[in-house]
Amino acid sequence: MKISRQEVEHVAHLARLNLSEDDLVKMTGQLDEILNYVAKLEELDTTDIEPTTHAFSVKNAYRDDIAQESLTQEESLRNCAVRNNEAFIVPRIL
Amino acid sequence: MVLRQIRRQRYMMNFETVIGLEIHAQLKTRTKIFCGCALSFGDPPNSHTCPVCLGMPGVLPVLNKKVVEYAIKMGLATNSQINRFNQFARKNYFYPDLPKGYQTSQFDLPIVEHGSVEIDVDGSKKTIGITRMHMEEDAGKLIHDEREPLSYVDLNRTGTPLLEIVSEPDLRSPQEAYAYLKKIHAILRYLDICDGNMQEGSFRCDANISLRPVGQEEFGIRTELKNMNSFRNVQNALEYEVRRQRDLLLDGETIIQETLLWNPDSNRTESMRGKEDAHDYRYFPCPDLVPVEIDEAWIDAIRKTLPELPDERKNRFIEEYNLPEYDAVILTGSRELADYFETAARLCANAKKVSNWIMTELLRELKGEDISGCKVAPEQLGELIAMVEKGTISGKIAKTVFIDMMATGKDPAVIVKEKNLVQVSDEGELQAMVEEIVAANPDQAEQFRQGKTKVMGFFVGQLMKKTKGKANPKMANELFVRTLTE
Repeated sequence: MKISRQEVEHVAHLARLNLSEDDLVKMTGQLDEILNYVAKLEELDTTDIEPTTHAFSVKNAYRDDIAQESLTQEESLRNCAVRNNEAFIVPRIL
Repeated sequence: MVLRQIRRQRYMMNFETVIGLEIHAQLKTRTKIFCGCALSFGDPPNSHTCPVCLGMPGVLPVLNKKVVEYAIKMGLATNSQINRFNQFARKNYFYPDLPKGYQTSQFDLPIVEHGSVEIDVDGSKKTIGITRMHMEEDAGKLIHDEREPLSYVDLNRTGTPLLEIVSEPDLRSPQEAYAYLKKIHAILRYLDICDGNMQEGSFRCDANISLRPVGQEEFGIRTELKNMNSFRNVQNALEYEVRRQRDLLLDGETIIQETLLWNPDSNRTESMRGKEDAHDYRYFPCPDLVPVEIDEAWIDAIRKTLPELPDERKNRFIEEYNLPEYDAVILTGSRELADYFETAARLCANAKKVSNWIMTELLRELKGEDISGCKVAPEQLGELIAMVEKGTISGKIAKTVFIDMMATGKDPAVIVKEKNLVQVSDEGELQAMVEEIVAANPDQAEQFRQGKTKVMGFFVGQLMKKTKGKANPKMANELFVRTLTE
């Protein structure tokens, strides 16, 4: 097994997902399959290949420090389920 | 009980404090780090947001070049290594002030590493290592409802560029931590890449602190302190935490590794009580942002723009103005204060006098306020000191004039004229009064003639009373001596 049930529970918690017992079993199996599939890459010999994190060799994409127009308050808040005139409203955490 | 106290005292000396600081400096750019929204403080909530900083799906962040430039600047100013190749990573966690569900930061390849600054505590110098500095984005702001269990989210601050500066655990006392924090602050201000306002949060500091028995190599268990929003609070919180940890260790208890909040009202550190989840940020390279590769030409160009830094300015003050090192350290501790000194010193030949005035009268009357809000312009202070030097007013009167200046912002000459404080240096005028006083106090006059020179203080005091403190003290002394010994 590439992944344990405990790891799946941990990752689910980090993602704030409540998984039922059935889901847990199912997810653990599916994630294991995915990891096994990706693990195929380990069969390649990468001794002389420089590690890379991006698919393209593009570097240094910058923008100048010039202000552009922002959205209006109303536009910013438009998609929010719970809000007032100026802010998003969420359950209090601390 | 007594035995225990004695035992405690004996062991007390044997702990060593180990502190490392994490500083977050908001960079003074015009726009956010990954989008063109303007930075603002105090504008209506959510009026400076766009799809990028709101964390909408499908958007593409683009790095603000100024942020990289400022990070390189700070790296060069702290003898650091600039990593020619660096990149951004995602730090994943959920919190309502973080709309994307991750903070874009740097992880294994930060822009700056292996730097150092020199601090000065009680006249001894020490080099403090800087582990790393990295670029990242700030989160939004939560305003908690006072009655209902709700919070209001303002995302104006989301995406504000931060430079996180992480020190080595080289600091051995709260005092050293304070000096280091001040030094980093001064350098950022000299470079003018950060406002440095701790109250408004543009300069923030967290601390890791642990104790270990002297001689032990490995570190003790540390706690992390947060919520210290002034220089004073940082030192107070660390001092409190040293005492707390020492007491626990002396009682044979173990320190719990946790995050503590400083409560400035109760002067204590308080546990967040398990509000914190086990950290598991699952960092990975950000696929949306391409790596940063810095060439020598850019670094050289930035190096040429570096201004005179606090240590250089301190050395120049010692040489150019002949100031003691102690004065130079304090005056150059802030760019504004150093500028203030130099402006005032230009108007007055005696630089040491200017330094004394700033370090005693001015800093006392400022009561911790920033020099930028001071009502007395440096030119006015220079003028006041020049008036004393020329003998127009006495040093004592000058101090009362100064208090007036701090309150009203008026020119010293105006106050001196309005209140008729010009020093009496007219010999004829003073001589008449001196003779009068000597005649009225024959006993004291006799004592003086018999060698009890201490009564001189009495005589000068009488003259000061008569002139409301305006007699030229040097002249007063001379006139009395001459009159009494005639």
